[in-house]
Amino acid sequence: MSSTTIDEFRQQILQRQPLRIRGGGSKDFYGSVPSSMQESNLLDTRMHSGIVSYDPSELVVTVKAGTTLQALELVLATRRQFLPFEPPRFGDDLSAATIGGAVAAGLSGPRRATVGALRDFVLGLRLMDGVGRELKFGGEVMKNVAGYDVSRLMAGSMGCLGLILDVSLKVLPMPMHEATIGLALDQQPALELMNQWGGEPLPISATCWADGLLMIRLSGAEPAVRTAQQRLGGDLVEADQAAQFWASLRDGQHAFFAQTSPHATLWRLSVPSVTPPLEVGGSSLIEWGGAQRWFHSEASAEEVQTLAHRCGATATAFRYAPDRTQVFSPFAPGVLKLHQSLKHAFDPHGIFGRGRLYPEI
Amino acid sequence: MMSIQTPAEGADTFPLPSRESDRGRGGENQTNSPVGADDTLLCVTTDIDTALAHSAEQDQNFASIHHATLFSRLKKILPQGALLQVKEDLAPYECDGLSAYRRIPLAVALPEDEAQVVAVMKACYEAGVPVVARGAGTGLSGGAMPHEQGLVLSLAKLKRIVRIDKYSRTAVVQPGVRNLAISEAAAPFGLYYAPDPSSQIACSIGGNVAENSGGVHCLKYGLTVHNVLRVRVVLADGDVVTLGSEALDSAGLDLLALFIGSEGLLGIATEVTVKLTPKPQFAQCILASFDDVRRAGDAVAAVIAAGIIPAGLEMMDQPATRAVEPFVKAGYDINAAAILLCESDGTKEEVGDEIARMKAVLEGCGATEIRVSQSEAERILFWAGRKAAFPAAGRVSPDYYCMDGTIPKRRLADMLIAITELEKKYGLRCMNVFHAGDGNLHPLILYDANVPGELERTEAFGAEILKLSVDFGGTITGEHGVGFEKINAMCEQFASDELRIFHGIKAAWDARGLLNPGKAVPSLHRCAEFGRMHVHGGQTAFPEIERL
Ligand SMILES: Cc1cc2nc3c(=O)[nH]c(=O)nc-3n(C[C@H](O)[C@H](O)[C@H](O)COP(=O)(O)OP(=O)(O)OC[C@H]3O[C@@H](n4cnc5c(N)ncnc54)[C@H](O)[C@@H]3O)c2cc1C
Repeated sequence: MSSTTIDEFRQQILQRQPLRIRGGGSKDFYGSVPSSMQESNLLDTRMHSGIVSYDPSELVVTVKAGTTLQALELVLATRRQFLPFEPPRFGDDLSAATIGGAVAAGLSGPRRATVGALRDFVLGLRLMDGVGRELKFGGEVMKNVAGYDVSRLMAGSMGCLGLILDVSLKVLPMPMHEATIGLALDQQPALELMNQWGGEPLPISATCWADGLLMIRLSGAEPAVRTAQQRLGGDLVEADQAAQFWASLRDGQHAFFAQTSPHATLWRLSVPSVTPPLEVGGSSLIEWGGAQRWFHSEASAEEVQTLAHRCGATATAFRYAPDRTQVFSPFAPGVLKLHQSLKHAFDPHGIFGRGRLYPEI
Repeated sequence: MMSIQTPAEGADTFPLPSRESDRGRGGENQTNSPVGADDTLLCVTTDIDTALAHSAEQDQNFASIHHATLFSRLKKILPQGALLQVKEDLAPYECDGLSAYRRIPLAVALPEDEAQVVAVMKACYEAGVPVVARGAGTGLSGGAMPHEQGLVLSLAKLKRIVRIDKYSRTAVVQPGVRNLAISEAAAPFGLYYAPDPSSQIACSIGGNVAENSGGVHCLKYGLTVHNVLRVRVVLADGDVVTLGSEALDSAGLDLLALFIGSEGLLGIATEVTVKLTPKPQFAQCILASFDDVRRAGDAVAAVIAAGIIPAGLEMMDQPATRAVEPFVKAGYDINAAAILLCESDGTKEEVGDEIARMKAVLEGCGATEIRVSQSEAERILFWAGRKAAFPAAGRVSPDYYCMDGTIPKRRLADMLIAITELEKKYGLRCMNVFHAGDGNLHPLILYDANVPGELERTEAFGAEILKLSVDFGGTITGEHGVGFEKINAMCEQFASDELRIFHGIKAAWDARGLLNPGKAVPSLHRCAEFGRMHVHGGQTAFPEIERL
């Protein structure tokens, strides 16, 4: 394996200077940037790329962190398999994002509500901690409860605990059949239907409401998709157009996500799916059966965080925030203490991704 | 019932560690030197370093603690009769489902609500007394086995279903609620809680969270970690934190995922919010016979390779079917070398389609007989045999020992063949039931504790299976946890650097090491003592620790 690359990573870590771990840079816009931050050196993972092993009948692929999502998904597609959590690729040409960055950001796409989040598909990984030790957690099997679940902890850790070297992911067969239907509905009735249908055994794999239109994607065996289509009604969307629509949602390229004004932030709220329409004084885009709400707002971060807190949600200043000192929801003190102590266990010198997640870690 | 009849006396008191051994690889011994300008923001917690040094290096000894004040305090906190101290009252708590390992605790506390749990935890924290959480005590790795110098904290009285919400498809329950009780309460809404351990009639949701339990339907519907949204946790010092939320994502590190499967070492779960799943309209099961275990093992991989994720995919070998069939009469072919149970669920159309495809794959893999359940009653009968496997082992043998490794599916047949060889080597019989779809093995080694030497041979047999699981690219435990039982096997699977991180995590949550000490994560000293010459990255493990 690329032991020289690994050695270079270790050399960089042993310098004990702040490091910003970066893959393709497709998510540079995401996360906090503390105002007082000392300039961090970049640790570029892209030299460490390639598929380590892939056994389709095990539903497992092990891949080096610097491998692009595009390259990985192409390989999986040759065996009619895919990453069910549909990690967003962002960026202009979608070819930059790496799997390491996807895991570290922990973001999931349109299938989230029905098949699970990125972290649900992480089976194991190899990482380098803040003192340059190479560590292996989890494995390549579906069930493994030996030791604490460090692999899933790394999902969404935004490069602040350690450097992900390789990751083993559970993959799934691509659905046999897919169909997308559209229904003209206002927000309130759309939310009600998403929640009602979510409680029925229907092969729904994604939902999206925006601008008076509820889009529903059905995935599964052809007869099941057909029956569900009849049951739900609406208009069938042409296949190419549907594929394009879901991809644009996944990758943050849907027109809704474009910047609306220099003072407005694109907010992402993770809410209980049954939360009524949010009073945000503008339009919203809803995904995940009602559990993910997007909107643009010029309101202060405090105001949005208060709104989120009131409905048992968390809010992320996802993009275009004029001030990026703290883009994620604040914690209760006890939870913050746990974060600090965990940070200390993995990165005692505090070199990785300082402030990217929270100013305190 | 299932037991290895050895008392585990003083198993985790060791001589003092050599202090100089607290050093990582690469000469890192100054842990308190952060970089950069905004140092103050960094956590430089010396008590954590101290705690880490303690718990990582060696098992703690709590023998010198005085308990009199603690007991009078606990009596004030708990309702009448909720603090057990008399030997006869303590006996039912001396072990969990793995009855081979037994210890009598100092006392058992039975709080009735979270406030009492908090008060008990605070009292124990201040007294420096270990606490072992206990749900229903069905665990199979000695996780809930008491500590002689500690308190057992039973969550059995916290058994209220707080709320079932049809619309949001969630249930909020206290930790002592039985797994099956959630599905029963959700049934009127056409919903259920998907993870279904075979012990679901008895085991508690708190125990499920602590073990990240699985069940036969987890292949399609996920493990506990995939179906729990939020947990309220009382920490070792009595602080209460909420991990996760009723939304799908939460801010910050995924502490919920870290907590699930932590075997009572990081905190006490006092309330759990679970996701409920719509009940499938229809299910059918295929019962397929094979005259060769390799063909059966290959068929498992072939089903998955064909792009099918069955709702359940289980395998039983001939000794297992022969033990079960006489009293369940499930209709298993007892002349088959192995059988597979292969289930499909969903809409009627979906199931029809999937069953046809699975049948074709199984036929292609050389199944000698294929039956598809023709009614719900027949489907349940097919499963009844599988579910009776453990009791059946108890009928055909005075004692049995249940293993729990996981391996890649392609190695299933290799494992079965290796186990056959081990049966000869140890002169013991073994029957095999596998959650084949996800490679999780439950070999049941049959023995008689009254025959001198059989128990020791059984333990050695089991240890070889676990070692093989690791060698095949798998793990020593798929769902039963490490607990007390597999603490030595952890030294096979992990090197000292990984164990140090585990101890760091433990110290972050429980700096004084009071929660379930001596379980799940071995001290470095213990691994050195255990003496396995585990080779990792070309290095002997624990070279830094002196061998006694
Ligand atoms: C016949 C039989 C069949 C089984 N089948 C399966 C199976 O199919 N799949 C499977 O995964 N397991 C199975 N098990 C194992 C066992 O049932 C599970 O591990 C179960 O989750 C344990 O739950 P419990 O309430 O009995 O926990 P206990 O045995 O009481 O405790 C287990 C662990 O959890 C901790 N704990 C308990 N409650 C809490 C709490 N509230 N907060 C923090 N920690 C806590 C304890 O300290 C201990 O470490 C089986 C066991 C038996 C006896």
